[in-house]
Amino acid sequence: MDLELSPRHLEFRDECRSWLAANKPARPLRSMDTAAGFEEHREWERVLFDGGWSVPGWPASYGGRDCDLIEWLIYEEEYWLSGAPGRVSANGVSLLAPTIFNFGTQAQQDHFLPKMASGEHIWAQGWSEPGAGSDLAAIATRAIRDGDHYVLNGQKTWCSRGAFADWIFCIVRTDPEAERHAGLTYLLVPADAPGLERRPIGRLDGEPGFAELFFDDCRVRVDNVLGEEGQGWAVAMAAAGSERGLNLRSPGRFMAAAERLTELVRTLRAEQREIDPRRRDEVTDAWIRAQAYRWQTYATAARLMDGAELGSEASLMKVFWSELDLELHATALRLLGDRGELAAGAPDAVDGGRWLDGYVFALSGPIYAGTNEIQRNIIAERVLGLPRR
Amino acid sequence: MRFSFTEEQDMFRDTVRDLLADVCPPDAVRAGWDNDDGRVPGLWPALAEMGMLSILAPEEDGGLGMDEVDLVRLLEETGYAGVPDPIMEHVAVAVPALAEAGASGHLAAAIAGETTCTIALTGGGDYVVDAEGADLVVVERDGGLVAATEYRVEPQASIDRSRRLGKLVAVDSVDPLSGADPILANDRAALGTAAQCIGVARRLLDSTVDYVSERRQFGKPVGTYQAVKHHLADVRLGIEFAAPLVHRAAWSVAHPESHDVTTRARDVSMAKAMAADAVDRACRAGLQCHGAIGYTDEYDLQLWLKRGWALAAAHGDAPSHRDRVADALGI
Repeated sequence: MDLELSPRHLEFRDECRSWLAANKPARPLRSMDTAAGFEEHREWERVLFDGGWSVPGWPASYGGRDCDLIEWLIYEEEYWLSGAPGRVSANGVSLLAPTIFNFGTQAQQDHFLPKMASGEHIWAQGWSEPGAGSDLAAIATRAIRDGDHYVLNGQKTWCSRGAFADWIFCIVRTDPEAERHAGLTYLLVPADAPGLERRPIGRLDGEPGFAELFFDDCRVRVDNVLGEEGQGWAVAMAAAGSERGLNLRSPGRFMAAAERLTELVRTLRAEQREIDPRRRDEVTDAWIRAQAYRWQTYATAARLMDGAELGSEASLMKVFWSELDLELHATALRLLGDRGELAAGAPDAVDGGRWLDGYVFALSGPIYAGTNEIQRNIIAERVLGLPRR
Repeated sequence: MRFSFTEEQDMFRDTVRDLLADVCPPDAVRAGWDNDDGRVPGLWPALAEMGMLSILAPEEDGGLGMDEVDLVRLLEETGYAGVPDPIMEHVAVAVPALAEAGASGHLAAAIAGETTCTIALTGGGDYVVDAEGADLVVVERDGGLVAATEYRVEPQASIDRSRRLGKLVAVDSVDPLSGADPILANDRAALGTAAQCIGVARRLLDSTVDYVSERRQFGKPVGTYQAVKHHLADVRLGIEFAAPLVHRAAWSVAHPESHDVTTRARDVSMAKAMAADAVDRACRAGLQCHGAIGYTDEYDLQLWLKRGWALAAAHGDAPSHRDRVADALGI
């Protein structure tokens, strides 16, 4: 066990820190779930890419810098601590890219990965349907082969970034006779495909971040299948660990939020406001949990670097980070008292209302990427070995 | 940066686990409730022979010259097995304090297993584990540590009959332990207790998983019901995220060169706070998922329930340790 950063890692951290300090946007960008904010975030992706910092864990040939897992975690810590913008590319980079690396043909890798790294392609996920949420295997959107195309009919929903994204990674039913997990195919769909209509849905925060997708004889080329036809479930699940675990939500963002929370306590004290001892205890508890997530991740990273795979344990991480995120923001709102209710733009809003924005976003954490109820079932059945029926 | 244990450390842990499973089954723990010294017969000499008692003693004093990172998971195993002896007090606190004070006579007897040491530290409250049965008490007083060899004890019954508590009412003969740091001793005690909490929580979880997989109601195992599954998933979550903090704290205690005392205190307190919450959750869920059978004297679950309650509070409960973290954070 060695918990010091090596000279090489310290150098990496310093390089990362200086680059971010010199290059991050001077002002906060507009929300990525508005048309204008989406493009601002895309431009930031390009700045990151030109600096070599958009996908540091990828091979250099695709725009990365071949970071090992420890370097990637350091990068994430520095990224979020710097206050740089959220990543509009996250769905693609965190969720799709591992699948393309695993299952993509050489041609698919060469075509899609560099464009994803540079922000030219921003991806959205098209998995959920009106009738297939937690029960994802109930997917009903059909894709019927017609020559060198599939013809898609059906509906996808709760498609984050779907209103503005360039591409959508979907799971569709290519064999209507097959049931449940069989007969599904992982398909990459261009957002401008003929027969695809997108309708934005206002989210809880009022922004059109979600979209519904309607496929009406929508034609998609067969060479956009990722993996084999009919193997969509296995292809998707191979990367589910990425979604639930450290790829999607590294500790850095929660550590940064925990630091800001302690800073908020100091600020309130400086304003001569009294801090209830219970609030102090809650702040400390949240800060400790962010550290616990960090060290559990470093332990996981050590196992992965020894060749282990992240399996059902990813569900432990997903429940923990999503509930930690809620705890961090709910604690901040309690600290703020009646100012916690103030939305961005209110004259008295603290930090531009970002704690409230963060809280509303955190509320989605226990729902997306598989609800926490589903995750707890997975923990009980696959980690603890409890009987399924 | 490499946050993992070595193969040698894994092997040592496995060896201790096997020994404890063999020598310290629940029946042996129960037997200690009524015998003269409260001990598990044969356990102390076996631990001495294995080197467990001398892990934190330097090699030049006949010890293994290892550190808290080597020790921490062995203490988890003592929690898992429900070892009643003052093993944490002896191994994690008294032995290194005797070594750091150069008390070679006391140290030699302690690591050979000829004597048993326990501790009376300010962070541990008034009641001393196994004060009557021990040969030596490392006592914190006047800002330092002393080794008390003749003292009088007022016995106090604990809910956990394996913890024979006593209050020191008079100390008649002491040897000063100058050179031994009482703040470090308190941190070691909190760390060691946290490690035992992890082991107790794991035992409660394993026992409860076994039970709910077998026990049938409405024609199927009660472990098939989501309400039960989610209780136990929460127990697993508590352990999963507390254990790394305990291991990280062990590294902090073992590597004073890498940080200051405030950071060490913060790391130890994070570990104890999370471990105490984890074992508390394991106790509640374990009992609830067992139902009435868990509420009986005859069923062995009670061994770990009571140990869990005691250890969650011993050497500082979760809120008091969070308070220390808050101080370290300057909030």
